[in-house]
Amino acid sequence: MTEIFGVPTQALFGQLLIGLINGSFYALLSLGLAVIFGLLNIINFTHGAQYMMGAFVAWFLLNKAGLGYWWALVIAPIAVGVFGAIIERTMLKQLYKLDHLYGLLLTFGLALIIQGLFRNEYGSSGLPYSIPSQLQGGQNLGFMFLPNYRAWVIVLSLVVCFSTWFVIEKTKLGSYLRAATENPELVRAFGINVPRMITLTYGFGVGLAALAGVMAAPIYSVNPLMGADLIIVVFAVVVIGGMGSIMGSILTGFGLGVVEGLTKVFYPEASNTVIFIIMAIVLMLRPAGLFGTQR
Amino acid sequence: MLRKLGIAAAIAVAMGSAHAQISDGVIKIGVLNDQSSLYADLAGQGSAVAARLAVDDFGAAKKGMKVEIISADHQNKPEVGSSIARQWYDVDKVDVIVDVPTSSVALAVNQVTREKNKAFLVSGAASSDLTGKACSPNTIHWTYDTWMLAHGTGSAIVKTGGKSWFFLTADYAFGHALERDTEEVVVKNGGKVLGKVRHPLNAQDFSSFLLQAQSSKAQIIGLANAGGDTINSIKQAAEFGIVKGGQNLAGLLVFISDVHALGLQTAQGLILTETFYWDHNDKTRAFAKRFAPQYKGNMPTMVQAGVYSAVLHYLKAVEAAKTDDGPKVIAKMKELPTDDPLFGKGMVRKDGRKIHDAILVEVKKPSESKGPWDYYKIRSTIPAAQAFRPEKDGGCELVK
Repeated sequence: MTEIFGVPTQALFGQLLIGLINGSFYALLSLGLAVIFGLLNIINFTHGAQYMMGAFVAWFLLNKAGLGYWWALVIAPIAVGVFGAIIERTMLKQLYKLDHLYGLLLTFGLALIIQGLFRNEYGSSGLPYSIPSQLQGGQNLGFMFLPNYRAWVIVLSLVVCFSTWFVIEKTKLGSYLRAATENPELVRAFGINVPRMITLTYGFGVGLAALAGVMAAPIYSVNPLMGADLIIVVFAVVVIGGMGSIMGSILTGFGLGVVEGLTKVFYPEASNTVIFIIMAIVLMLRPAGLFGTQR
Repeated sequence: MLRKLGIAAAIAVAMGSAHAQISDGVIKIGVLNDQSSLYADLAGQGSAVAARLAVDDFGAAKKGMKVEIISADHQNKPEVGSSIARQWYDVDKVDVIVDVPTSSVALAVNQVTREKNKAFLVSGAASSDLTGKACSPNTIHWTYDTWMLAHGTGSAIVKTGGKSWFFLTADYAFGHALERDTEEVVVKNGGKVLGKVRHPLNAQDFSSFLLQAQSSKAQIIGLANAGGDTINSIKQAAEFGIVKGGQNLAGLLVFISDVHALGLQTAQGLILTETFYWDHNDKTRAFAKRFAPQYKGNMPTMVQAGVYSAVLHYLKAVEAAKTDDGPKVIAKMKELPTDDPLFGKGMVRKDGRKIHDAILVEVKKPSESKGPWDYYKIRSTIPAAQAFRPEKDGGCELVK
């Protein structure tokens, strides 16, 4: 069997694929962050908590209402998105004229409160949530055993990421959105309800986080801290990709998933720091990120 | 909060005391553990509840002894843990620190306690080094340790034919100790270790590591991790068809709170070692019945039960020694035989190791369980004399 640096190529393929799967979570989450930052200029630190809430909504639906995974996939992003829209309307709106830092502080505080409340109620070990029956089992690809559910995660994440990119970059609706961030007064003069559009955008970004949460529920335990652990990495992904760049965040999300996966093979001890090392290097060489433009 | 407690302590000092030998008139117990992260359910506030129950059962109020319990979150960081310990000993006049899961933090607090000449009762931490090369006249290791887990679970599995192992190890003091102790058992019983991989504490995704374990073709994948890490490893191993593919998992440290979080569907058939199970006998059931309503309906883990037992014995020793001076109380605790409703009769050895029976259990199938928390079938009892490392093998300086 051929080997690369002492690791059989077959095993390496497996690890690349696993990296892509993890990358799809990074991509979905960083996409939501990039949309919110790019269009609203808010650094949304509540994102991790909203991701966790998505998973919890799925758990509630199953255990309190008897609605399974497929329902959760639709209902959770809407429910959490509405929650996000309410936050935007009641709190974030007041901060648009102020420095970024105020938005960051507010959303960070909210995240701590939400996580604290859930932890108080549900403890920290997490709650069981199983893989939907249609997606159980897996395929033997020769070089690895690929669980059906993980394959589904990659596909769904790719579809959602690229449709979002398409809507924002290539459609009329997207052009309104981008115009509204450049010059809200002018866009409003054309008869477009800018504040409502911004609320919906925030709700959409939050909904993406919740969607990722539902997708994560069967793999990781539904845990009040699941977002807190992930959000820091996701922020690093956004910074590496370039704050606010939609395509940048998608590509870096998948790319860094792969890099992290490979680190787990060659030097597992560093697997939770490798992304930050890359971040430091990127910030030194290209302060605006790989795909970002200096504003 | 700490400042408030400090003021409370100051008032207690000002009020004076009848017990001249009890420093500042109050016996102050500090419950230090993880209250917010992956080990919060197996210890956390539940340990403080257990400590309070012990104070009640000891009847401190009736005996005219003033006992105060405070608690704090060490966040699984040794530097946070040792700075809280210093603050407690120096400013808040804490006499004894209990629990402290996360071996790296426990080893740090062990050091601080020795320096300040106070007392330390470990329940949550696992590293057998606490009664080995890091043993101290100020520390007692109460509930369980890595040697016991390795010999309980590890040898049971090797004897049923699991000869080749691959370790998934949490990359800090506890994981290293558990891996080392288990590897020794495996090799001694004629097995071999094919490989190991070290993952960061509190990792979310284990699929890369599991894939490495899978391709090693080892019969047994030994999980030398704990809490949320074990939960995620077991859950994802099921997803990757590891057990269906003929490999078996050995959860070397699994708590009942982990089984609860996994659900029986995923956890069934796991073999593990405990020193306490709430449904073991009438006395443990009676304790669980008092404990659960105070801890959101959760049954006590062995760590929380150990806190109860340790605090109870500590207070007995304070009463007998008529002082709360750290090393004197610890010496008294070693002198008096232990006896409590949860662990039965036992003793504390010279090296600080508390000795009691361990039980080897198997997680029930969903069909065998009568309801929530009815999780274990007891396979065998390991007598106290065999459950823990022989005193002479630990390399503890107190024994020589």
